[in-house]
Amino acid sequence: MNTQSNAIPESSLESHVIAATSLSAPRLFYWSVRRELWENRSVYIAPLAVAGVILFGFSFSTIAGTWEKALRLDPTHHEAIAMPYDFAAALLMGTAILVSVFYCLDALHGERRDRGILFWKSLPVSDLMTVLAKASIPLIVLPLLTFAITVATQLIMLLVSTAVLAASGLHAWTLWTQLPFLQMSLLLLYHLVTAHALWPAPIYCWLLLVSGWARRAPFLWASLPLLAIFGVEKIAFHTSHFASIVGSHIIGAAPAIARTGPDMFPMDPMAHITPAEFLSSPGLWIGLVVAAIFLAAAVRLRRYQGPI
Amino acid sequence: MTVIEARGLRKAFDTTIALDGINLRVEEGRILGLIGPNGAGKTTALNAILGLTPYQGELRVLGRHPWSERDRLMRDVCFIADVAVLPRWVRVSQALDYVAGVHPRFDRAKAEAFLGKTTIQRASKVRELSKGMVTQLHLALVMAIDARLLVLDEPTLGLDILFRKQFYDSLLTDYFDRSRTIVVTTHQVDEIQDVLTDVMFMNRGRIVFDCSMEEFESRYLEVMVNPERVAAARALKPMHERQALARSILLFDRVDRHQLAALGEVRTPSIADVFVAVMGNEAGQAQGAAR
Repeated sequence: MNTQSNAIPESSLESHVIAATSLSAPRLFYWSVRRELWENRSVYIAPLAVAGVILFGFSFSTIAGTWEKALRLDPTHHEAIAMPYDFAAALLMGTAILVSVFYCLDALHGERRDRGILFWKSLPVSDLMTVLAKASIPLIVLPLLTFAITVATQLIMLLVSTAVLAASGLHAWTLWTQLPFLQMSLLLLYHLVTAHALWPAPIYCWLLLVSGWARRAPFLWASLPLLAIFGVEKIAFHTSHFASIVGSHIIGAAPAIARTGPDMFPMDPMAHITPAEFLSSPGLWIGLVVAAIFLAAAVRLRRYQGPI
Repeated sequence: MTVIEARGLRKAFDTTIALDGINLRVEEGRILGLIGPNGAGKTTALNAILGLTPYQGELRVLGRHPWSERDRLMRDVCFIADVAVLPRWVRVSQALDYVAGVHPRFDRAKAEAFLGKTTIQRASKVRELSKGMVTQLHLALVMAIDARLLVLDEPTLGLDILFRKQFYDSLLTDYFDRSRTIVVTTHQVDEIQDVLTDVMFMNRGRIVFDCSMEEFESRYLEVMVNPERVAAARALKPMHERQALARSILLFDRVDRHQLAALGEVRTPSIADVFVAVMGNEAGQAQGAAR
């Protein structure tokens, strides 16, 4: 007993020194994001699983020769060669959107449902930090993760097909000239940042807000009010401005990201990106302001919320 | 130094008044037991102290406003709000990593040492642990934090007697010292009687009894009286009377010990006995007022 009570003042002195030096905001943010990834492993498992399926399918088609046929028929036909690569990117982006939507709807709801919020609130992490960490999953973590996984997947696809082509005596260099890999990757990154993070930010922040507010069925609460506003506007004014605004913020519908052909993928090297036009479109900035308002409301709400 | 100071603390929900103007002062180095029936407002009072709920009136915890400064306050305050609030998906090792990551006063070695005395595996998830083990884990996390105020709201609810005993033993021997303060609510009052330095009773949103344990022991006495002496004992105005094994047990407030010793066997009552007496008198007064 005596030794214990002697030891305590020393250790408390030590930790007073630590208290003065640590606890920086980036450190709290880092641990808050890690916490989210521990809880929601689907954030990285789902894209990795999809990438695995894509690679399996692609290897199969390459070895069976279906994809090679297109290359043999017209080696200069870019679309046919790039198709599986674009398709892989599209599939991974679709996965990221699905994961984001389900993540957001559960982010501030799950911690209240399992009463864990009482534990998280017993630690010196502010509500602002927590909500920002949660918002960063769909807005920063998933776009970057999708980028990394897509590029890795495409690289493996490229290596697999090069090996198969070389084995069958075809010149693999046609493939490499027809697939400007670096350019495709940069376009992919541009597309992810603009069309998957900045443009739909108000949608994700709305889902976060509803997940922090609804006592149950956050998906219904997130979608029904929107449908109600569509309906009222349509019946009362015979217009559908609200529907078109919300619709335009749902992923991929950003108007001014790039000029592409009707069937073109965003990573098509022929796509002409227009970042200046995108950054100067009022829709983007109004959307970001709305997103910030939703986030501020979610932060405020979390202060008041306890377990449900 | 005053750790908690409340003046006219009020909190009303839609239809009920949870806190009806509470005045409270807790000094450093005390272990305060907050006792009351269900719905008395104990948890609401603790939530206000922890910055989990807004309130009306004056409230300072370690000199801060809990509601507007919760995150800063939590560097110096710890709480176990209830058993089973540790998220079920978290692994023991992740819980240690996270608290070490965000809490500047967390001593990981201390938590590891405490866990070493239990059978908890680092790789286990909380959902795989028994209720008692979850409480041990939570206690290990909390005790390794060098906090100045520890708030425990029914920390041992649903645990068996061995775990409960061990919980308070650990708290007293490994954690508590005169620079820390503990506020605890529980229904198992008798188990913590020896632990407390102060006791408060709450009823219907108000503090109806506030006493240090030293004062408690000198003020309240219980006498076991044989039937022939009951009339004499009753003349001394007991605050409560009950029957046990054909004898009467009378509870007195501020009556001379020698005077009582003449009537029968004198002893210090349990907090629970005084609680029942105080609550019974409260109910009587309320009925009297209603009439």
